[in-house]
Amino acid sequence: MSEAIRVEHLKYEYPGVDDTPGVTVFEDLNLSIEEGTFVAILGSNGCGKSTLAKHFNSILLPCGGKVYVGGLDTSDEELLIRVRRTVGMVFQNPDNQIVANVVEEDVAFGPENLGIASPEIRKRVDQALKQVGMYEFRAHAPHLLSGGQKQRIAIAGVIAMEPKCIVLDEPTAMLDPKGRREVIDTVMQLNRDKQITVVLITHHMDEAAKAQRVVVLHKGQVAADGTPGQVFSQVELLHKLGLAAPDTTELCYELNRNGFALRLDALDTEECAQALYNEVKA
Amino acid sequence: MLKDITLGQYFPGNSVIHRLDPRTKLIMLIVYIVALFMAVGWIGYSVMFLFLAGCIAVSRIPLKSIVRGMKPMVIILLFTAILNLLMTPGDTVLVKFWIITITLEGVLRAVQMMIRILMLVTGTFLLTYTTSPIALTDGLESLLSPLKKIKLPVHELAMMMCIALRFIPTLIEETDKIMSAQKARGADFENGNLMQRVKALVPILIPLFISAFRRADELATAMECRCYHGGEGRTKMKLLRYKRIDFGAFCVGVILLAGIITLATFGL
Repeated sequence: MSEAIRVEHLKYEYPGVDDTPGVTVFEDLNLSIEEGTFVAILGSNGCGKSTLAKHFNSILLPCGGKVYVGGLDTSDEELLIRVRRTVGMVFQNPDNQIVANVVEEDVAFGPENLGIASPEIRKRVDQALKQVGMYEFRAHAPHLLSGGQKQRIAIAGVIAMEPKCIVLDEPTAMLDPKGRREVIDTVMQLNRDKQITVVLITHHMDEAAKAQRVVVLHKGQVAADGTPGQVFSQVELLHKLGLAAPDTTELCYELNRNGFALRLDALDTEECAQALYNEVKA
Repeated sequence: MLKDITLGQYFPGNSVIHRLDPRTKLIMLIVYIVALFMAVGWIGYSVMFLFLAGCIAVSRIPLKSIVRGMKPMVIILLFTAILNLLMTPGDTVLVKFWIITITLEGVLRAVQMMIRILMLVTGTFLLTYTTSPIALTDGLESLLSPLKKIKLPVHELAMMMCIALRFIPTLIEETDKIMSAQKARGADFENGNLMQRVKALVPILIPLFISAFRRADELATAMECRCYHGGEGRTKMKLLRYKRIDFGAFCVGVILLAGIITLATFGL
């Protein structure tokens, strides 16, 4: 499998204003994301999650080192449009990324910018809206939709540009549980059906648990990296970094401290219940 | 409390007028206004009135909502009427009292001016009632596009209009939230004299502005992420195309204008 995103010795520092010194976010970060995978990036506030995301499509440019997206160097100005075509971004606040006042016009915004012919745009917009399950809302005004629906519109707007990779920067932070589920299900379905690489930045552990790979960032460094089972079973490390494991793992961890010997990689409720049942029976 | 502000006041529908190309409607509005100002006599006015009444009937816009839209116009109407009534010189003096002289010509002129303004406003209402804001923006952009040659940022203006329209409901909602938040902290918007009330608005406006700038910043980033790079090389999903009814409308416009000019030359 080839790489969708490669980060090599990334160095980034937010410039200081006037006399205040700049803030260094990354000293030397290395990361590689395989094509077609679903990767969650976790970390406490200020660990550089969003800053990293913004490097994936040239909103921020590295101060040192390189970021490659589908083999394209993000710091090459000539490649800017191609980089942004390869990696689509979805942000936290759904209101601030919807441009038009009709749903389908908004989804068409990206393809229109790419200069695609009108009939093809129509086709892509319809397809994208069907994929996120918002086709029947195509003529609605976005401000009348729920948060989860708006976020799905934003995702449709990104996939209408047919990117290889979607980066979602805390897409569910402002949503209610129902909206969160809608968004995560949509994203997982895109990853499964269209083999789009998904990078999900989040601080909801249960969302991260659904990914194929979890990367934990801490102070601009990769603190843990592996499958959700591998990462979340290191409960003590997570606690030290100011994070919590998913509820099920936390439960098993607490039980273990009181003399049980449960496996810590049971992530969904079913598995956890089964493990508890087995333990109690034995 | 701010929920009932409507902007653009678009009435969705499927009448002939709704189906016209927005550019046709804009051009027709200009033709209509020109014709309205060319009309001199009562016959000319009657023709214009019949045309307008016909358009309203075809568009199936309820007459009630047009009348409601007229309410803010009352002051301007009265003002124009009184000015014309008093300032028009003439031979047939009806009333002479102190420095006030009212002539028959003045009365006729005042009535004509009122009818003219009423018909002008009704005509524009008909445009905004039957055209969605986004179609209107597209139409304007397309009509003004020749001005790109003289470096007028037509696409940017249209984009700004579109985004402004998109964010009006969002900002209204936000204003509501800020007002509730300030009320919860004891702000008082309902009492006091004018000065105090204006001052009470400051704690609403400042957070609103700050958040609007933050939104603008985020929106700009999001737009850039979706490869927005100005109007150059941009295509449209919905292309504007003149259809048969548009040519029909243009014919009606030409006939109307020609008729009014002919009537005007005979002073009718």
